[in-house]
Amino acid sequence: MADLRNNFVGIKSPNPFWLASAPPTDKAYNVERAFRAGWGGVVWKTLGSEGPPVVNVNGPRYGAIWGADRRLLGLNNIELITDRPLQINLQEMKQVKMKWPDRALVASIMVPCVEEEWKAILPLVEETGADGIELNFGCPHGMSERGMGAAVGQVPEYIEMVVRWCKQYSRMPVITKLTPNIADIRKPARAAKSGGTDAVSLINTINSIVSVDLDNFAPNPTVGGKGTHGGYCGPAVKPIALNMVAEIARDPETHGLPISGIGGVTTWRDAAEFMVLGAGNVQVCTAAMTYGFKIVEEMITGLSDWMDAKGHRDLDDITGRAVPNVTDWQYLNLNYIAKAHIDQDACIKCGRCHIACEDTSHQAITQFVDGVRKFEVMEDECVGCNLCVNVCPVENCITLVGLDAGVLDQRTGKPVDPNYANWTTHPNNPMSVQAAE
Amino acid sequence: MRTLEPGLKAGRLDAADYQRNFADLHPRLGEHEALVASDRCYFCHDAPCMTACPTAIDIPMFIRQISTGNPIGSAKTIFDQNILGGMCARVCPTEQLCEESCVRNTAEERPVEIGRLQRYATDIAIDQGRQFYTPAPSTGRTVAVVGAGPAGLSAAHRLALHGHLVTIYEAREKAGGLNEYGIAAYKTPNDFAQREVDYILSLGNIDVLDGQMLGRDFTLAELQVKHDAVFIGAGLGNVNMLNIPGAQINGVMDAVEFISHLRQADSKADVPVGRDVVVIGGGMTAIDAAVQAKLLGAENVTICYRRGKEHMNASTFEQDLAASKGVHIRHWLQPKDVAHHHGHVSAITFEYTHIEDGIMKGTGHKTEIKTDQILVAIGQKLDGYGLEDLRVEGGKIAIDAEGRTSITGIWAGGDCATGGQDLTVSAVAMGRDAAESINQSLAMQMAGASAVA
Repeated sequence: MADLRNNFVGIKSPNPFWLASAPPTDKAYNVERAFRAGWGGVVWKTLGSEGPPVVNVNGPRYGAIWGADRRLLGLNNIELITDRPLQINLQEMKQVKMKWPDRALVASIMVPCVEEEWKAILPLVEETGADGIELNFGCPHGMSERGMGAAVGQVPEYIEMVVRWCKQYSRMPVITKLTPNIADIRKPARAAKSGGTDAVSLINTINSIVSVDLDNFAPNPTVGGKGTHGGYCGPAVKPIALNMVAEIARDPETHGLPISGIGGVTTWRDAAEFMVLGAGNVQVCTAAMTYGFKIVEEMITGLSDWMDAKGHRDLDDITGRAVPNVTDWQYLNLNYIAKAHIDQDACIKCGRCHIACEDTSHQAITQFVDGVRKFEVMEDECVGCNLCVNVCPVENCITLVGLDAGVLDQRTGKPVDPNYANWTTHPNNPMSVQAAE
Repeated sequence: MRTLEPGLKAGRLDAADYQRNFADLHPRLGEHEALVASDRCYFCHDAPCMTACPTAIDIPMFIRQISTGNPIGSAKTIFDQNILGGMCARVCPTEQLCEESCVRNTAEERPVEIGRLQRYATDIAIDQGRQFYTPAPSTGRTVAVVGAGPAGLSAAHRLALHGHLVTIYEAREKAGGLNEYGIAAYKTPNDFAQREVDYILSLGNIDVLDGQMLGRDFTLAELQVKHDAVFIGAGLGNVNMLNIPGAQINGVMDAVEFISHLRQADSKADVPVGRDVVVIGGGMTAIDAAVQAKLLGAENVTICYRRGKEHMNASTFEQDLAASKGVHIRHWLQPKDVAHHHGHVSAITFEYTHIEDGIMKGTGHKTEIKTDQILVAIGQKLDGYGLEDLRVEGGKIAIDAEGRTSITGIWAGGDCATGGQDLTVSAVAMGRDAAESINQSLAMQMAGASAVA
């Protein structure tokens, strides 16, 4: 049995599946249900300054997009941080941590960008016995209009400053949660590291309008005839999150900085992908909000079974394993040549590969062979782009097969060169570096 | 409470049983069901389902329109190719046409429910009375259409669309043809056939004259004088008769007549049915008659067919439907002799058959089935009355690829003409295509006339 125990910047949990700071972690009732279901940890819903709590809208606060069979693919929300009094949250956190000492309990915090505010709240949180804090520099809606959340996360200098205060006024590990609503994710990550953060977590939600009500000409969710942009999450954002995690993991300045991966994690496979790209653990929200807490069972067993099958003993065996294989385009091997191959036994003859290639790509797939409806790759036209693989409705029917060195590429009429060669040395590149004579 | 007295009896069932038995075979999909079903369509390129459809409806497009919440646009896609798309959605043997060719069969053995999706869209448009078409400016030309069945209605609609004035001459009291008189009641409940006729005629430019029979009330020559073109969609008005001793005995009846009577009855409780019914034949009519006899309260219904299961014209789906309703289908039996008791059918004797040297032959062994009603469904044929001047081929009016008969100015299509598949959908296609040919011919005439002028 693979060992799924997680040690993330000193915070221990029985598995790497945490619930992200969000509606599912707003109070003891939900958090205890999550722990009973098997979640390894939670990041408690973001706490604000002492005083009258924030208020939420009383109309719809979530919007969504769906795939086939109304499968939820993306969710957005305009909910703010916790709207419960600070003291009640702190009391409940303390009770829950005492009752569930083996689970991770991290407090998410968002207070104004003023040193006194942070200095005031940190001892209160520390007193609950929380394992760490997560700085919410990410929420893109509502709170950002008040100079918090993403408004801080978009200014690296502010990040560095606040992280520094937190390290100064607290003994707890600091996880800095980053907003994806920024051009280059490495900048805020570097700033957090400069400030002394123990880890970063990402991504927070993406600014979005999820759909528009065409009868009333207003964005969804519509509150009294108006809508606003909300934070987008769920399976649809996973590719964006994976890239940002990888960018931080492979950046020489932040390489090795612990990362808690967030963004559309729905299955064990999603979690494993985040972890091999450098995440020490993952945080989940939308999947739980769609299906309930029970999904963690599938995540735990799936990850464990895959690790057993592949001989990975513990999480350290997999974390970051794919990072060395993430590179810049300019370093990809231009001598690697692949061709699509269609398994005629698996082909159902829908013709989508043909029309995709014919209309939008390289005219490399037949529609008829000897007058019969048949879809075959014309290797002398195929550039190996993979579009047909992606549009084929039958898994593994079309595959991309790499040509061995020396084999004739029918498109170019040249044999496959066994040597690695990339754009930096390519003759067509005006900037290419030519080998010394 | 079912009445099991022998002989032909009406009212064998309670009112509730009749209602349940003759309810819609496949009710319309709900909105959610339609969305789930439409999600399964792959939007194939040059889709095999579209090729398999005799009217070449753009099936991937109409299903995509349903999936995007546009059933009205979907209905127009269907009607553009097949103005009887509503009835075809109910009666097409989809398992032999579009759904058989659905690529989903290859991986899952379960096609997209094309027929039910087509019904979903067309029902919504017809219920809303959506008129998608406006006739072209009047050409001043008139066309006679003989028969208001699927072929005639399809031709009339397309001709009217092109601006011609159409007069349909219908022999019976109602328009609709087999849709009104020849299809099992549970496939088209709630008077759908007439609602569809009304929907088609709502385009305008089409007059229907009921009770006008070719050969009795008018001749083809008269039509050619009165109109600029003639389309014949008369269907098959005659049936093959059972030619064995006792075939005239009371209780032996034509299955087509039985179905028509059932369709036109004010109440199903008025239709008498035997307790032990034997249906002779192996096509769709045999199935429709047998299933409905069962639904009317017959205790035993047996279909006897002179060849094997694989030779039956009825689709597998129809055979399974009959079996599920408790109809017993027997093969390799040819009728030999009908016995009677006090002048009413009491039993029928069959001889077993087999194939010998590629030819079906009797084996000499016989079996008797006790029966009080025999329904004969051994094929329909052309009623040649009034068609004597036309060339006939294999029992049907000979036509070319455009539907032209041997007489210039007369077109034909549907079951009465060569080249169809004896299906509503192929009749619709033939009517539509003949109308296009007529339109071209009239356009050329008009162009010629104006050039002369």
